[in-house]
Amino acid sequence: MRAPLSWLKEFVDIPNSISADQISEALIRVGFEVEEIIQEGAGLTGPLKFAKVVTIEEITEFKKHIRYVGLDCGEKEIRYVICGATNFKVGDIIVAALPGAVLPGDFHITARDTYGKTSNGMICSARELGIGEDHSGIMVFAEGDVEIGSNAIVALEISDVIFDIAINPDRGYALSIRGIAREIAGSLALKFTDPVDALRGLQFTETGKGVAAKIADLETASVFYLRTISDFDPVAKVPIWMRRRIEKMGMRSISLVVDITNYVMLELGQPLHAFDKSKISGGLTIKRAGKAQKFITLDGQERNLDPDDLMVCDDKQPLALAGTMGGLYSEITATTTDIALEAVRFDPVCVARNSRRHKLSSEASRRLERSVDPSLAEFASARFVQLLTSHSSAKHVATVMDGQPKFTPVITLDPTYIPRLLGFDIPWSEIARNLQTIGCDVDEKTFQVSPPDWRSDLLTPSDLAEEVARMIGYEKIPSILPPRPKHASLTPTQKRRRAIANMLASRGLAEVQTFPFTNQETIDQMGFVGERAATYRIANPMSEENPLMRVHLIPGLVEVAARNISRGAKDFAIFEMGSIFRSAQKLIPAVSPDFLKRPDEKTIKQIYQSVPPQAFHVAGLLVGKAENEDWQGKARAYTWQDAIAFAEEILDLCNLKYSIKRSDFAPWHPGRCAELIVDGRAVAHAGEVHPRILANYGLPERSAAFAVGLSALPDSDLVKPTRVGTMPAAVQDVALIIDSNVSAKDVEAALRAGAGELLESISLFDRYDKLGDGKISLAFTLTFRAQDRTLTGAEVSEMRSAAVVSAQKATGATLRTA
Amino acid sequence: MNPADVESWIKAAEKAFLDATDLESLKTARLAHLGDKAPISLASRSLGTLAPEEKASSGKVIGEGKAAITAALQKATDKLESERDAKVLLEEVVDITLPVKRSHRGGLHPISIIKNEISDFFIEQGYAVEEGPELESGWLNFDALNIPPDHPARTMQDTFYIEPVESGMVLRTQTSPVQIRSMLEHEPPIYMICPGRTFRADELDATHSPVFHQVEGLVVDKGITMAHLKGTLDNFAQAMFGPDVTTRLRPSFFPFTEPSAEVDIFFNGRWIEWGGCGMVNPKVLTTCGIDTDVYSGFAFGMGLERTLMVRHNITDMHDIVEGDLRFTRQFGVGL
Repeated sequence: MRAPLSWLKEFVDIPNSISADQISEALIRVGFEVEEIIQEGAGLTGPLKFAKVVTIEEITEFKKHIRYVGLDCGEKEIRYVICGATNFKVGDIIVAALPGAVLPGDFHITARDTYGKTSNGMICSARELGIGEDHSGIMVFAEGDVEIGSNAIVALEISDVIFDIAINPDRGYALSIRGIAREIAGSLALKFTDPVDALRGLQFTETGKGVAAKIADLETASVFYLRTISDFDPVAKVPIWMRRRIEKMGMRSISLVVDITNYVMLELGQPLHAFDKSKISGGLTIKRAGKAQKFITLDGQERNLDPDDLMVCDDKQPLALAGTMGGLYSEITATTTDIALEAVRFDPVCVARNSRRHKLSSEASRRLERSVDPSLAEFASARFVQLLTSHSSAKHVATVMDGQPKFTPVITLDPTYIPRLLGFDIPWSEIARNLQTIGCDVDEKTFQVSPPDWRSDLLTPSDLAEEVARMIGYEKIPSILPPRPKHASLTPTQKRRRAIANMLASRGLAEVQTFPFTNQETIDQMGFVGERAATYRIANPMSEENPLMRVHLIPGLVEVAARNISRGAKDFAIFEMGSIFRSAQKLIPAVSPDFLKRPDEKTIKQIYQSVPPQAFHVAGLLVGKAENEDWQGKARAYTWQDAIAFAEEILDLCNLKYSIKRSDFAPWHPGRCAELIVDGRAVAHAGEVHPRILANYGLPERSAAFAVGLSALPDSDLVKPTRVGTMPAAVQDVALIIDSNVSAKDVEAALRAGAGELLESISLFDRYDKLGDGKISLAFTLTFRAQDRTLTGAEVSEMRSAAVVSAQKATGATLRTA
Repeated sequence: MNPADVESWIKAAEKAFLDATDLESLKTARLAHLGDKAPISLASRSLGTLAPEEKASSGKVIGEGKAAITAALQKATDKLESERDAKVLLEEVVDITLPVKRSHRGGLHPISIIKNEISDFFIEQGYAVEEGPELESGWLNFDALNIPPDHPARTMQDTFYIEPVESGMVLRTQTSPVQIRSMLEHEPPIYMICPGRTFRADELDATHSPVFHQVEGLVVDKGITMAHLKGTLDNFAQAMFGPDVTTRLRPSFFPFTEPSAEVDIFFNGRWIEWGGCGMVNPKVLTTCGIDTDVYSGFAFGMGLERTLMVRHNITDMHDIVEGDLRFTRQFGVGL
C-alpha cells in the first residue's frame, strides 16, 4: 500500500519539522513495515511551467525526426524549443522546463544551439520529471485542465514523499490513506481529522426512483448501498490533482467515474463499483451464481462461474463477481450517462473464495477479504456522489439500501490482564487512553471496550493487548528470562543420530541435504519395486520433473555425487540423514474437528493415525578412492567392504547385536550386498552399488553405499558389563576347508557355538581360495579365557575340537592339515 | 670378606663401564664385572660356606657392592644408548611435511551444525527438543493454529498438497504443528523447541528455497509474559550472533499469536529481519485443551538458512542446497 505524504497531511497535522524517516520509524514502531520511501521530484527545481503549443516545425533532415516547437509560456514572446517526441499537436498543453531549471539526476536546462536552431528549454516526459516511468512521450494536457504559465511543480504536486507500506492481513483498515493517517497520528501523538466525519449527515436530494438493491442472504453481505446518478456528461475531465494522486498510488487514470471509485477506495478503504445503469435490467441483487455459467469480467476474460460464486446480479443475469471484479457487459463506457454506484460490505470469506477460485486478486478483493469497516458503505458512496456531482454535470437521483451494518461486539476487559500478559505495570488510565487513540470507546468504570467500526479484528482481550502494546511501544516491554524449567536432554534417539553423524563426518564423509522429491523414472531406474517403490504424489509440485516423495536416500546421494563429479570432484564420500516417504498407508479423508475446543481423545488419535509413518534413515555413498592419491603411488579405492564397515560401525555405535547375510536388494549389486539383521529384522544394507546405476550417473565403478533404517533400530539396553578377566588367555588356530559358497559368517557362528562359553573372541586371519575343486580354506584364531583359573592344555584342545565338530556339522567344513 | 676387596671390584667395574665406547664393549665389560665369573658373583656364591655371623656382615657388603656396580652399568648404558639414538635415529629423519595418507575431509552440513548449536543452547535452559513428521495433517499445520481454510494467511504461504487433496495432507509449511502436538500430548509446563525441515512452493533462488528449515520455540506455563519472550529472544540472539547484537520487536500479525511481533536484529551495522514471535493466541491454547485462566505462553520461530546466511555472510542459497563438497567441508563439524 502506497501513501503519499501530501495526501496524508490532509488528515493528520504533520509539522514540516518531522522528516520522512521519522514518519517511517513511527509506522514501523506500530507494526507497519515501510518497505520503501520514494522521494518524488527529488532534486527538481524550476522554472517548470505549463505551456501551450502554438507552432510545430517538423525537422526531418537529421537521422532522428525532431520538432522545433513554439510555446506560449504566458510570457511576452513565443519561446522555441527542440523536442524529440511527437505525441502532441498544436493547442495541447505541455510541461516546459525553462533555462535555469534542474531536473532529477542533476540535469541542468540551459538555452543551447542544436540541430541548427536555438532551443530555449525542454518539453518534459513523466520520467524526466521523476514522477513516473512513462517515457513513451511527453506529458500532454488539454486546455482548461491547467493554467498556462502557472508553476507545474505545484500543480502536479511533483515534490512528494511516497511511503510503500506492507499491510498485515489483519489490518484491512490500513489499506487506505485514512487508516495510515490515523496510525501516524497515533504513533507520533499528532492531531487526526477523520475524513468520514465530514461525510456524516451528508444528504442528497431524491429526484426520482433509484435502482433497487437487495441482499439475498445476509451472511454474504451485511449492508448494500446503491446510489443512482443521471445526467453524467461522459467527456467530463479528471482533475489534475486526482489524476496525480491515483498515479502516485501506482494506479492508472481511466475516466472520471472509474477514477473517483478508485480515489474513494484509496482514501477511505471501501471498494466501490459503478455500473452503466442502462445495462441493468430491473434491480440489483447480491446472490450466489446458483449454477455453472460463463461470465466475462471487465478484463475481457471469460470465466466459468462456480454455483457458489457470490455475484451482483440484475433480474436477468450476473453483472459483477462480487467484491472482486465487475463484468464487461455493464462497465462504464465513453457513452455512459446514467450510473448505479454500488458500495457493499461483503463477507470476507465469500470474497476470498471468489478471488481464489478465479485466481483474481484485485484492489477491491484485497480490501474486502481483509474486512472493511461496515459503516463505510454509506459514507464512501456518499463521497463518490459528492466528488462526481462537483466535478461533472451528474445529478443524484436516489439512494437505496438493504441490510444494516454489523459492528464488532463490546469486550469486557480485566484491567490486570494486559499488564499480566505483557509483563510490566501499566495503569488502567494509560490502557484506556491508548485504546481510545486507536478509536475504541472505553467505559473507564465498567472496563467495557467498544472497538471502532473499522476494527473487526478486535474481538478478544488479547487483541486489545496487542493494540496497547504497540501504542505504548514494544520497546517498553522489559527483557526477563522465564522461570527455569526442570532439566532436559536430547532423547536417546536424538543422541544416537548425532553420534552417527559425528562419526561419519569424522571418518571422511561430508553430510549433504537433498530435496526429498523424486520421480517414477528414478524409482524404476534404481530398481525399487513393490512397497519400496510406492510413494505419495504432490498435487502441486514445483515441477513435473519431481512430483513424488522420495522412497530412499541413495538416489539423492547419487545425484549429488554426479553433480560434484561434473564440477571436478573425483574421490569423496557423502552421507545424508532424513525421512523417506513410502506409502504403506492409504490416506484417509481429512479429520478436521472444530477449532476452539479440544478434540476428544478418539479424534486426536484419528488425526495422529491419519499421518503416515515416515521412516528416518541414514545413507552414505563412497565414490572412487578412499584416500588421497599422492606421491606414494596408487591410493586404495573404496569397495563394498567399506560400505559394510560403516553399516556395522553405526550398529556398533548403537550397541546393537546384529547378524549379516548376503542379499539381492536394490539399488545394490545383486552379488555384493550385505543385509544386517537386528532382532530378526533387516535394518541395514550395504555393499557395492549396482553397476548399471553407476554407469547411468557416470559414477566410478565399484562405488559403494550403505543405508541404515534408524527408526527401525531398537533402543539400546542399559549396559551391564561382565567383569574383565585377568587370567591368562589361551590362543588356538584352526584352519578349515569348506565349499566356496559357504559364508564366512556361518562358519564363524558355528565355531562360536561349538567352542562354548569360555571363547572370548574369534577372528578370521586367513582366506585361501587357490585350493581348486570349489573349495576354499578359512583360518581362524580362537581365544579362550576363564574368569577364575588358567586353562589347562587339555581343556583348551577339547573346546577347540568341539568348535571344529560344530563347524563340520553346520557347514561341512573339514580340518585342514598341513 | 674384606670390604676393601669389594670396594676395588666396584672401582674396576666403574672404570671398565666408563671406558666402554659403545654398547658392544659395554656388554663385554658387563660380563666381566657382573657376569657369572665376575669376582663379586663368585664371592656371592661362596657366602654359603661362611659361618652364620660372618655370613650376615659379608652378605650386606656384597649386596651393596652388587647394587653399586649395577647402578654404574645402568648409568653407562643410558649414556651410550642416548649417544646411539642421537646418531642412528637422526639418520632415519623423514620430511614430515609430505602429504600423508589419510581419508577425505568429512563434515556436517552447516544446517545440522546450527541445529545442534541451537538445540544445545535450549537444552541447557531446560527445553526439550521435539520433532514431528514432515508430511503432516492439514488440521495440525493450519486449522489448530487459527488458520481456517479461507483465512488470508493461508494465501501467504504456498503449500504443497499431497494427493488425494481430500486427505488434507500437506508438506508442513512450518514446524508449528509440532507445537500443537506437544500441547495435545503434554500438560503444561511446556518448554520446547522444534527444529526441522519445512516446505513452501517458492522457486529456488539466491534467498529462497522450496525446502528449508525452521526452529520454533514454545513455552506454556503459569505467569508467562511477553517480557519473558523478549528475555528469551535476547538471550538466543546473543548465543547466535555474539554479545553485541541487539534485538527489536516490531508489531506484526500471525494467526497463532496475539500480540504478535517480528524479531529484528541489529547485526553488522543494519537491522535484519530474523523471525516472528508472540504470545500464544488463547484460541490456540483452548483448542489444545489448555486452561487460559491458568496458563499463558509464548512462541517464536526463525529460519535456519536465514540465521546461517546472516551469521556467516552466505550470499546464495544454492550453496546450502546443492551439496557441493567444497562448501560443506569448510564447516567441519562445527567446533
